[in-house]
Order: sequence, then structure tokens, then C-alpha cells
Amino acid sequence: MKVVPLLKRIWPLMPVLASLAFILALLLIFGADPATAFQALWQGAFGSRDRLLGTLAFWIPLALCAIGLMLTFTAGLWNIGVEGQLILGSIGASWVALNLKGQPAWVLIPLELLAAMAAGALWAALSALLKTRGKVHEIFSGLALTNLAIILTNYLISGPWQPPEGGSFRGTQPFQEAALLPRLFDSRFSPLSLVLMSIALVIVAVLLGNTTWGLKLKALGRNSRSAFLLGVSSEREAVIAMMACGALAGLGGAVRVLSWFDSLRQSISGGIGFLALLVVMLSAYRMFWVPFVAFFFSAVLQGSITLQLRTQLHSSLGGILTGVLVLLTLLFGDYNHLRRLRKESRPDE
Amino acid sequence: MHIELRDIRKTFGDVRANDGISLAFEPGRIYGLLGENGAGKSTLMKILAGYQPADSGRILLNGQPAHFATPADALRRGVGMVYQDPLDFPPFTVLENYLLGRDRAVNLDFRQAAAELRAILDRYGFAVDMDAAIGSLSLGERQQLELVRLLAGGAQALILDEPTTGISASQKDALFATMRRMAAEEGKSIILVSHKLEEIQELCGHAFVLRKGQLVGETALPCPNRALVEMMFGQVPERTPRPPAAVEQPLLEISGLGVRTQRLTVGDINLSIRRGEVFGLAGLEGSGQALLMKAVAGLLPAASGRIALDGLDITHLDYHQTRAAGVAYVAAGRLEEGLIAGLSLTEHILLAAPRRDQTFFIRWGAARETTSGRIALCEVVGVPDSTAEQLSGGNQQRMLYAMLNEGLRLILLDQPTRGLDVRSADYIWELLYARRREGTAILFYSPDLDEIIERSDRIAVFSGGVMSRIVEAARTTADELGHLIGGQQ
Ligand SMILES: Nc1ncnc2c1ncn2[C@@H]1O[C@H](COP(=O)(O)OP(=O)(O)OP(=O)(O)O)[C@@H](O)[C@H]1O
Ligand SMILES: [Mg+2]
Repeated sequence: MKVVPLLKRIWPLMPVLASLAFILALLLIFGADPATAFQALWQGAFGSRDRLLGTLAFWIPLALCAIGLMLTFTAGLWNIGVEGQLILGSIGASWVALNLKGQPAWVLIPLELLAAMAAGALWAALSALLKTRGKVHEIFSGLALTNLAIILTNYLISGPWQPPEGGSFRGTQPFQEAALLPRLFDSRFSPLSLVLMSIALVIVAVLLGNTTWGLKLKALGRNSRSAFLLGVSSEREAVIAMMACGALAGLGGAVRVLSWFDSLRQSISGGIGFLALLVVMLSAYRMFWVPFVAFFFSAVLQGSITLQLRTQLHSSLGGILTGVLVLLTLLFGDYNHLRRLRKESRPDE
Repeated sequence: MHIELRDIRKTFGDVRANDGISLAFEPGRIYGLLGENGAGKSTLMKILAGYQPADSGRILLNGQPAHFATPADALRRGVGMVYQDPLDFPPFTVLENYLLGRDRAVNLDFRQAAAELRAILDRYGFAVDMDAAIGSLSLGERQQLELVRLLAGGAQALILDEPTTGISASQKDALFATMRRMAAEEGKSIILVSHKLEEIQELCGHAFVLRKGQLVGETALPCPNRALVEMMFGQVPERTPRPPAAVEQPLLEISGLGVRTQRLTVGDINLSIRRGEVFGLAGLEGSGQALLMKAVAGLLPAASGRIALDGLDITHLDYHQTRAAGVAYVAAGRLEEGLIAGLSLTEHILLAAPRRDQTFFIRWGAARETTSGRIALCEVVGVPDSTAEQLSGGNQQRMLYAMLNEGLRLILLDQPTRGLDVRSADYIWELLYARRREGTAILFYSPDLDEIIERSDRIAVFSGGVMSRIVEAARTTADELGHLIGGQQ
């Protein structure tokens, strides 16, 4: 009988072990030395001050999106559009950075961040309203709006916001120095963004755990019919949750243009929105795990760039590792959940 | 099939739900399983049906030990159960659902399946529309459908955990006749879990009585109701008589109300309900009484007419606005409509509180205290941190009452004592009478005509979407009501 508690303990590690085994097999098939590969991965993520700062800098917007998604997932909403909301945030921040000239940083930066959050929230509100008013599922509107955001970015870069020397389809001209977030040691990491992310983390955790609003989201996510009958307005709470998530994703977008890059670029998001969805799933929808899992993702993805340089393996190996990990986690599930599923499975299933 | 349960034990935390129960079921007989709310009936039956494992004890089928890992496992060995609270329903029609449950071939043979399903429906005399979407069926119809599925799956032993009884007297007779035939001609064992003693007496040949997780008695049926009740509770509980209603001014005035849904149209309802009045709606399930309550609650739009509460026009208010105006609606569905699986009782009380009492930050300490008080008042067996699905069926029903706020003007109840044992039903009515003394009016529907007559001041009769007449409860009988709801004059 002692086996069961032990199994329960180590169960969360199973997918990690399984995906490591999978990657190991992949490396062996391609004739790479696993030890070298993993060493390169580690070196790439933490090997030097700059690399560590790079990992941190990639982590922040990813964590911001994931924190926002905790709100929408709790409310039972599939906010796939978080990617587009992040992009809109980048656009909002860029708009301020490009249009307000000659202002000091302490005026510019707050305005940029606010514009980014407002733009992200607006994009999310569109999804939410399409759902509550138009009965369009948020997955579809989210995908469509993400595409629109990408198109809008390309239009701005090649049109109204193109650099004076002519459109290059790559990005706007670099922003004025005062518009950028102050960065540590000339890296891409801005301590201010870490502070903002930490604040967001605490606020969302408190909202979810200790406020009536958080409780309403939880109720909606678990049983929207009963929640409605208990007096929860599904429409209102859904719109607010989506907008809050959009605002946080937008903030992530601002961090992307104002510290990771210095201008609005074509692939500004780096897929961070979609990655954030995976982060939340891998965290089993628990706030506590979100920052750690996001950090792990960031480290693996940053590390795999070095991996490519050292071993000739394509850097998408990092992407494969995280993807496989998420798939396996979903497959294995959490032990208790799995038992419950087994119990609930009815003869007709 | 001979079924024997030996020394079954199951605990949930400190609760001994089944505390060493041993009993046996013979083939070809119909059994009643009785016991107060939380006695452990559902727990025992779910163990027998493979839904959950026992902590210890054995199940013997024809003398052979059996272990069921899943309900499907149990069905393969011939044991099937219709659950007290049907779980989620798939987005299929009746026929599709049957087909999917029946075979897993890639090529689905609709025609053959339809013929088979038709045959089963005819053989057992069930009336279910094969093309209806499962979501649109009433609770009773869904339970019948479950029964059909189990029969098609070859069940030799059938367990029915509190089947709903919103069917007419003649339909009920037909169903009972079917069940007797299944037992007598096909040798099936049938176990009926119910709080309705009359039905148990009529249908079953033998009763087992559980109390606090133990088998406390068994008897051949029929026997005096008193004897059964005494076994269930250890004593015969008293019934609270209905205090007379003070004649007061009207509270709810409905004039020319019409409601339209896909399945049924109800027209021209005129009603005036007084403060403190208990008003019963009698009718077969799906005769329009549920639509009336939903229209008053703001859950369905009124197609025509006017609804006024205390002079205030509430015809076009939505559900939340109606709620804020002091109207509470308690649905029949429990875990589907009212409670949220996974949330604690405290969280339910917090959610149900009126908006003005909800603070931005939750004060957990105070909330737990309120919850303790509320669940003590409504005698919910549980603690503030229990989650809704941990409560027994009857305790879930009581929890719905614990969530009712103070100062209500009108309470709408769909099957108010569904799943409550006699004593708890009486107690819940006592609580409702206390509300009525404060001027709250109560409008309710129950499939149990005796309950309607015993508890109401006046009764409106529905049949086929028409509110045919209003009678004084004191001047009618269950027989007369039965004829009226069947559409006979
Ligand atoms: N999943 C669970 N977790 C915790 N406690 C449970 C669980 N299921 C049942 N219980 C407890 O076990 C006891 C017996 O419950 P059970 O559902 O068997 O009662 P019952 O006889 O079917 O009652 P009712 O007539 O109200 O349906 C109750 O006290 C209940 O709270
Ligand atoms: Mg039960």
C-alpha cells in the first residue's frame, strides 16, 4: 500500500523524465553526443552573464502572458488570442515611442506602458464581445485577431512607420533612447520589467485566491450554468477577465519592443503568446508554478541557440523539447485527476 | 443473477459511509433500499456498479468474487446503474447516443440501430423520441434513456438511484408493470433506491434499510409505513402541520402571460399570489409549470402578458435583475443547476450572497462562520470546507436552501424535496413556513401530488401547456388532482 503515495509523489516528474528520454533518443538518432548537447544547452542559458540576462529578458514577457492567462483559464475561457494581444501591446508602445518626441523618459515610459496595456485589452475585449454578443468562440476570434495583428504590424512597418531610408519590411527605425526601458549592462534585460512582472504576479494571485471576483471566475470556469443561477454575470466577468489578460499580454508586448528589441519588428512576438498557453498548461493551472515553468521554457529556448552553434543541431530542438514535455504532461495528467477520470468514465465512453 | 455483498466498508475522511454492510439480492425480485439522507445508499450502490471501489469487502456474483474497475466492467458482468444525478450529457440525439454506446465500428449502421432501439423501447414500453437531442430531455426521460442503454448492454441487475417520478399515474403504472415483467419473466434483479415509501411498497417485495452506514433492518413488503420509518430513523418523526395563511394583499400578479419554447407553448396564464401564500403547481413533467416558473424568474422571456411583483413590473427584467428584486429560483438539477462541483460550501455561500454584501476582498474567517451557521440551520451534513459533490444527494438539496438569502419576496421551487427523506422534507418545509411568516410567497412544482396537497394553500393545475384551473388545497384529493392533470375533467 506504500506504493501509491510514492507514485503520487513522483507522478509530476514522469512527463519530465519521459520527454528527456525522448530527446535523448532523438539526439542519438542524429548522432549527437547527449552530454555535449545538454552541456551546450546549459551553457547557452546560464553560461555567462549575458546569456543569463538574455534568459531573464525572454522570461519576463512570457511570464506576463502566462499570468494573464491564469485569469482567463480560471474563467474557462480559451484565450488563444493572447499572441495577438501581445502584438497589439507592442504596437501601442511603439505608437507612443514614435509619436511623442522630445519627452523625458519618466513621461514616455509610463505612457508607452499604458498605451500597450490599453491596446492589448482592447484586442482582448474584441474577442470577448464577439463571444458574449456574437456567439463566436474565443478560439476562432482569437486566431483571427492574431492574424489581423500580424498584418497590422507588417502594414505599419512597410507603410506609415517605415524608416526614412525606405521600407525594409524588417522593422521601424530604432526608438529614441529615452523611450526604451533602462537595461542592465547593455543587455536586453530591464530590471523595471521584472518589477512589473512581480507586481502582476502578486496582484493576479491575490485576485484569484482572495477576492469575490476571483471566486466568480472560478465558478464560471467550473460550471457556468450554476454560476449564472447563483448570480454571477458570465458576460461581464468574461469581458473583464479577457481584458485583464489582454492588458498583461500588452505589457509583455511593450517589454518586447522597449527592451528585447528597440523598435517594432516583423516577428515581434517570437511566439511568446502561444508559448504562454503551454506554460500555463504545464503548470497544471497553478499560479505557484507559472513563473518557474516560464523560466524553464525561457532557459531551454535560449539554450538551444547555443546548442545549434556547438552541435550543428537545429535550434528548434528546444522547441521540440518543450512541446513534447507539454504533450506528455497533458497525456500523463495529474495523478489525482487521472484517477478521477477513470472513476468517472462511464460505460458509453 | 445472485448478488451478494459481504462486509462492504468505505470511508471518506472521517465519514464512515459504508460500515460493514452485508446483504444479498436474488434474481427475479425487486428490492427497495431505504435510509435517511447520507445513510450510505448511493455509496453502496456505486460500489456495486463499479463506479468506485470499496475500501474492503467483497462482491460475489453467483458465488464468484467479482472486481469491477469501471462501470463498463460491471455492465459486462451484468450490473448496471442509473445514477441519482445524471452526469454531463453528450451533444447527441437519443439514437446517436445509443449507437455510439452500442458498437465501436467505423461504419455506423443507423437503420439497424434504429430498429433495435425501437424494439427495446417497444418491448419495455418507454416513450422517448429517438430524434430528440439529449440535452432537451427532462431528467426523467434521461433516466429512462439510461435504463434503455443498460438493458441493451445486457444488464441482469438494474440499480435505480432515486428515479424521478414526474410521470402520470398511468405512465407510472406502465413503468412499474414493465419492471415487474423484467423481474418475473426475464429474471432480472432490480434495486430501487427511493424515499417514496408508497412506491417502494407498491413495487418492491423486500426492503433493506440503512442507517449511518450500517444495515439496520430488512423486511418483506408490503408492511406498515410506520415500521419502515421507524427502522430508518429509529423513531417515527412528527409531521409539522401547515400553519394557516393570513389573508393578505397580493404579491405576484400575472396577467395574460404567454411563454414559448421549441417543445411547448403556454398561453394566457392569469394568477394572483398573495404574500405568505404557498402556491403549488400540479402537472405532469413538461406541462408548462416549469415554463411559468422560469418566466417569472426571468430565465425565459415572456411572449405576451405582464408579471408584477409588489406592483413593480418585472416582465422584462432578466434573471439577475429579478433576483435583485427579491425573487429566488431553486432548480431541480442540483450539481447541474445550483451547485458547483469542486467549490466549497463557503464559496457557494459567498457567491450566492446579494451583491451589496459582497466585498472586494473575501473575509474567509467571517464567511466560514456564516456558512457554519447556514449549514447548521439547514442541517447540511458537511463542513464549510466540504465541496459540493462530497455531499450526499439529500444534503446537496439542503445546501440549495442554505444558499437562500434573507428578505426574499418570492421563492420559486422546482421539486423542492427531491431526494429528501421524509424527516428532512418535513424540516425543509418548516423552514419555508418560517419564511412565509415573514411575508415571503412560495411558488412550487412537485411531481408528488400528496406533497402539493399537504403543503399548498392553493393549487394551479397544468395539463398540456394549459393552466386549466385553480383549486383550494383543502378541498381536493390526490385522486381528483390526478384526473385533472391527466386532462380529464
Ligand atoms: N466523494 C465523497 N467525498 C466525501 N464524502 C462523501 C463522498 N461521497 C459520499 N460522502 C459522504 O458519505 C455519506 C453517505 O453518502 P451517500 O451519498 O451514500 O448517502 P445516501 O444514502 O445516498 O443519501 P441521499 O439520500 O442523501 O442521497 C454522506 O455523509 C456523504 O457526505
Ligand atoms: Mg444518494
